[in-house]
Amino acid sequence: MATYSTNEFKSGLKIMLDGDPCSIIENEFVKPGKGQAFNRVKIRNLKTGRVIDRTFKSNESVEAADVVETDLQYLYNDGEFWHFMDPQSYEQLASGEPAVADAKKWLKEQDICTVTLWNGVPLSVAVPNFVLLKIVDTDPGVRGDTSGGGGKPATLETGAVVRVPLFVDTGELVKVDTRTGEYVGRAKD
Amino acid sequence: MARIRSFFSHRDVLEVDTPVLSRFGTVDPAIESFRTSYSGPGHVDGLPLYLHTSPEFFMKRLLAADSGAIYQLGHVFRNGEAGVRHNPEFMLLEWYQPGMDHHLLMSEIDDLLKWVLEDICVYSTPDRISYRQWFLDETGLDPWTDGVAAFRSFAHRQLDSVPTGMDNDGLDVWLDLIVSHWLEPRLGDRNLFVYGYPVSQASLARVRIDEVAIADRFELYLKGMELVNGYYELADPVEQRRRFESDNAIRQRSGRQSVNMDQCLLSALDAGLPDCSGVALGFDRLVMLAAGLPDIASAMPFGFTRI
Repeated sequence: MATYSTNEFKSGLKIMLDGDPCSIIENEFVKPGKGQAFNRVKIRNLKTGRVIDRTFKSNESVEAADVVETDLQYLYNDGEFWHFMDPQSYEQLASGEPAVADAKKWLKEQDICTVTLWNGVPLSVAVPNFVLLKIVDTDPGVRGDTSGGGGKPATLETGAVVRVPLFVDTGELVKVDTRTGEYVGRAKD
Repeated sequence: MARIRSFFSHRDVLEVDTPVLSRFGTVDPAIESFRTSYSGPGHVDGLPLYLHTSPEFFMKRLLAADSGAIYQLGHVFRNGEAGVRHNPEFMLLEWYQPGMDHHLLMSEIDDLLKWVLEDICVYSTPDRISYRQWFLDETGLDPWTDGVAAFRSFAHRQLDSVPTGMDNDGLDVWLDLIVSHWLEPRLGDRNLFVYGYPVSQASLARVRIDEVAIADRFELYLKGMELVNGYYELADPVEQRRRFESDNAIRQRSGRQSVNMDQCLLSALDAGLPDCSGVALGFDRLVMLAAGLPDIASAMPFGFTRI
């Protein structure tokens, strides 16, 4: 079992805490001049996304978490699992719903995503900041109205709904910021 | 620095400059010295040396030689300490006042801070509270009469996180945890002198019996940050030797190297240390507070990550 001492703590380090993989966000060394030293650490639970504060006695050891991030290509969803492939080795991996929860409405086949693996199993999936998606349904476009005022909802090929300007039509490709869920612009195929 | 020097010059406190390298180190189990060695004329096989963690022992040897009041502004070294408020090499202002007890010295620290911080930042004279009363006010517990179990259960009840692996730790570790994770955060921006420590945390302070045994040690928290540590100095060589030996025993039990205890200091105490109080002030932290800086590295021209 690999372990880290508190002296190895730094942001981004992956450790096990209460059976869950976690990532260190912030590490603060706290020590009275004449007393026991502690490390006060802000930690993100990679399963739940929750951020907690934990205190360690300095020089204590903590179990390391086998967490790696890797770029995988999204293949398809079979209703229960989301399937990904390593573009180099062609090795395939299936992910359950919790890991793709935030990402699934942006997942388009062939797109490359960053998948965080814990002991080889997908823990979370991050889509690119910007994706190009086709509009499958929206109210008819108003030609010539390029004011950008107002807007209307549009359903994209992945099922996501975003607000787009009035002049954009069904069948068009649009660029969307996945962090905010906002329309960025029209894209040429 | 110029203001500090002018303060002491007005009060006829002599500036001294003692060696950074010493054949002896501190045995304090909470402080680690950097170790190095000299080889060359006189020592073909190498002479193990320590970088000092404080100029205390040399300055006490000067005091025992009747130096009178002295101060020193210089760099000290502590291994294993790096963080927002810690740099392994930092500047310490240390001074000793023969004839003063720790309460008189606290008043002098207040005078110094007024002198140094005037026109730079807002400063108000710190309140004073005993360590015992501080705990009673903030936790309802008495470090002298309530046992380790009471503090353990307080920590589990009140702190958002208690380190694992503390179950077998003694009272002092639990007290340190509560000081740094409960009492200090609740100070906010307050200035506070805390005095009268448990004997087990006496370090180099003398111990007084006043219903219970109390170490005449004090600390100053400035705007909630530990800035100063001082003692009404222990002058008894027998007691000093006993503490050194017990500190080294603690080191050995926890698997750390023991340290050469300072025989010269013990001889100086034998010869007679005048009745005095002494204090050490973290200069870089003072700069941090005065200038409102976010970390100690910003208060230095070259912090630890840039050397």
